[in-house]
Parts: sequence; structure tokens; C-alpha cells
Amino acid sequence: MYKYSIFSLLRNGFQYHKQWPAMWRNPEPKAAYDVVIVGGGGHGLATAYYLGKEHGIRNVAVLERGWLGGGSTGRNTEIVRSNYLWDESTRLYEKARQLWENLSQDLNFNVMFSKRGVLNLGHSLQDMRDLARRVNANRLNGLEAELLTANEVKEFVPILNTSPDVRYPVLGASLQRNAGTGRHDAIAWGYARAADAHGVDIIQHCEVTGIRRNNGQVTGVDTSRGFIKTRKVALAVAGDTSVLAGMAGIRLPLQSHPLQALVSEPIKPVLNCVVMSNAVHAYISQTNKGELLMGAGIDSYNGYSQRGGLHIIEGAMSAIVELFPIFSRMRMNRQWAGTVDVCPDACPIIGKTPVAGLYINCGWGTGGFKSTPGSGWVYAYTIANDRPHPLNKAFSLERFSTGALIDEHGAAAVAH
Amino acid sequence: MLLIPCPQCGPREETEFSYGGEAGIARPKNPESLSDNEWADYLFMRRNPRGLLQELWCHSAGCRRWFTIVRDTHSSRILADSG
Repeated sequence: MYKYSIFSLLRNGFQYHKQWPAMWRNPEPKAAYDVVIVGGGGHGLATAYYLGKEHGIRNVAVLERGWLGGGSTGRNTEIVRSNYLWDESTRLYEKARQLWENLSQDLNFNVMFSKRGVLNLGHSLQDMRDLARRVNANRLNGLEAELLTANEVKEFVPILNTSPDVRYPVLGASLQRNAGTGRHDAIAWGYARAADAHGVDIIQHCEVTGIRRNNGQVTGVDTSRGFIKTRKVALAVAGDTSVLAGMAGIRLPLQSHPLQALVSEPIKPVLNCVVMSNAVHAYISQTNKGELLMGAGIDSYNGYSQRGGLHIIEGAMSAIVELFPIFSRMRMNRQWAGTVDVCPDACPIIGKTPVAGLYINCGWGTGGFKSTPGSGWVYAYTIANDRPHPLNKAFSLERFSTGALIDEHGAAAVAH
Repeated sequence: MLLIPCPQCGPREETEFSYGGEAGIARPKNPESLSDNEWADYLFMRRNPRGLLQELWCHSAGCRRWFTIVRDTHSSRILADSG
């Protein structure tokens, strides 16, 4: 891999930046692979990278229908945190957050992980009780978590309106100081580059149209660029998982919904952390470019349209303006929607399926970005060893039959 | 925003409705005779298609009627209302 450093920057500067090598190859698909990963978003690329790095499996293809990171990886609100309620999810998301800490060094690519802190606001007595319960659960799991009073919140975010004379007054908040934001494009590009260096073939504009099976074992995938033989197919296609799994006759408990976000015009630094509020259904941070980056809740209906209703955004914006009156005159630059696959218990499904050699990693709902490194890490383990890692054992598809659901609706921070 | 045809009130804005998801899921006649997998299939497993979906809506801020429509989940076009 061509190493990025101050020296390579200088050297290329003297060459007028015309000699930078391509970040990854653009290979033709081979006839057969050990593992075929479907989906070239963050999760798929991270899985490919960890298959090579941790398990020495390098004869791997990542098939992407569009272009790298062109789905929800490139269109999200960049929040990285791990303050979930239950032990299983805390461990999984905290593994991801820990991988974020050294990810730039690991990938030799600046993923701009910024531990600026994530605030979850409470607006009612019940909110505050829930927050206290979650903070206590987090601390028992060894996470950094603390509970702030309204005055402490005001001190931490001076521009936040903590006046009692609003519809949803801020009574306090939970704070995870070592959480923050990462750079969404960098995750796709950094993992793609590092996976490519391990020998992974990243094949863009290659749509999977069928999953071939023989006696309940995967034998290959039909694609828009021909048949590819493999005994292991790993889906990492988020919102499209029901469609792809359906090709192998598997029914999943997923519902795909549009999820919207938007950014404002760039302004000078004014917001120093991530502020989320479950009750008023909005979350906001300021990007390194200075834009305010805001997210809304999901649209209520199933949809693959990558478009959402304006009334959803209107609801989120009215909440933001009440929390931050200073932003009331801001103009919005761009709005977009992705397709998120929501699970009944707001937790992902990572593991094996009834079809041997077919693996699924889906159901991340609105919270997939933060977990990208951890998701890829446990998924690679599951694929390489054909059994789940202890970290993702509880997140099996069987939990919907056994009833061992992991109800994270509260700590998913934005109600589903 | 979707414009949803309520069979009673005609086309109304989406904000007046609440969503009921996939239509035509019949409650099992003998729940106690189902296996765990069959029960999970009834409770949780959904088609979630990219394309035509027969789905339930309730005109909750209007006449309160439940009804079924067919909508394309990719184009958001509503193709038929079956009342």
C-alpha cells in the first residue's frame, strides 16, 4: 500500500499532485472467490478488510451495485457513540468505538474521529429517570458516562436553550465524552484502500441478481457481470437485505424506511459536541467544514425511494430551533434520505442463516455508521470461522424465534 | 408527503394517517399449535419488498377507518386502493 505521510504529501506537492497512485484497483471479477461480500458500503468494506487482516482470507470480492459508499455510508449524520442500555449492545458498540480510536493509524487514512462528546437530552422526569438508568448501566459496563443537570448542560453547550419556558424544557442530559463524530466518506475510502492492499477485489457497478444454492449450501452468485462461484456469500446491503435474502428464500424481520438528514450552510465553529434528543426527535452536530448536520426520524412507511416527506424534516427543525434559537435564521444547503433496515427490537442481526454459507449483517436501522468497524470485525470472524464471535452471538436471527430480543428502542436515542 | 386515498374521505395528506404495515397477515387460527419458528414468522417476518406492497393505513386524524392500498415502495406511487 502506498503510504500516506507528510513526506508523500511533500513529494507529491513538488509533482503538482499529478502522480498520486489510484487508491484501489478496478479489477474484472474472477470466476471464483473464497468469500463474496455483497455491498460496498462501510460495513462490507470493513468486513473485507478484517477478513484479510485478522483471518488471512484474501481471495475476497466486494460487489457493489453502484459506487463505493454511495448508499447510507455517504449520507448519514456521522455520530459515533456506544452508550446503549443492554450489556450485549454496549459491548458490541463499544468494540466499534474502541476500533475508531486507532482507525486512522490502522488504515493509514484520516477518518477524522473526533471525541467531542455526545449529549442525550432529557425533557421530562421520566426522561431523566431513563437517562440515569442508562448512565448507571453504562458505568457498570465500564463506559465513560455521566449525568448532567440542566445547569451543567448549559455550561457544556452555552448556545443551548435551557430556559424552563419552552414546550420541552431541558432538565438534564447524559454525556459520553469519548464519543463524537467520524468522517463518513473516509470510512468507505479508508477501508476500501486498506482492503484492496490485502488483495480484496472491489468490483463496482456489479449488481447481484441471484444467489445459487445446492442442497441448502450456497454455490455462487449471479451478477450483472456474470456468474461468480463461491461457497460463502456475506450480505452487507442494509436497506436492501430483505430483497437479497429473498433471493435465497429467507424471510427477515426487517422493514426498510426512508431516513432523512440535512446540512446547513457552513458557519464558524459554534457547536462543540453532538446533541441528541429522543423526545423531540432531532440530533445535531457541526461538521469540520462548519455545516450544521442534522437528522430527523424515519418516515413511517416502508420505502426504498431514498426520499422522505418534508413534514418529518419540519418536525425535526422546529425542535432544533426551540433547542437552539440562535440557529433560527440558518439556511439549509442540502437534504437527502437513505434507506434504513429497521429491526423490531432496534438491534442488528449479525450471523448465519438457514442457508449454509449465507451470512447476514443487517437491521442496524438508524445507527449503522458508528458501528462500522465493530460490525466488520465481528462479521469477518463469523464468516471466517462459520460461527459467531461472543460479541455478536446474541444478535442472531434465531432470537426472533427464541424470544431473546434485545430491546434498544430507548437507547437508540431516536425513537423508531 | 404522500397523498393517500381514504375510501371514505378521498385523497388526504399523509400526516392525517398512521401506518399499519404489510396487509393480509392473518392471525393463526390455532396459535398454541404453532412451532416457535411459525410464531416468529407470523409476528416478525415481513416481505418488505422493493416494489409493490399491499399495505394498511388508518385515517387516524380523520374518519378513523382502516383500509388497504397498493403502493410501489420504490417510486412511492399509489397504484390501487382496495377499500
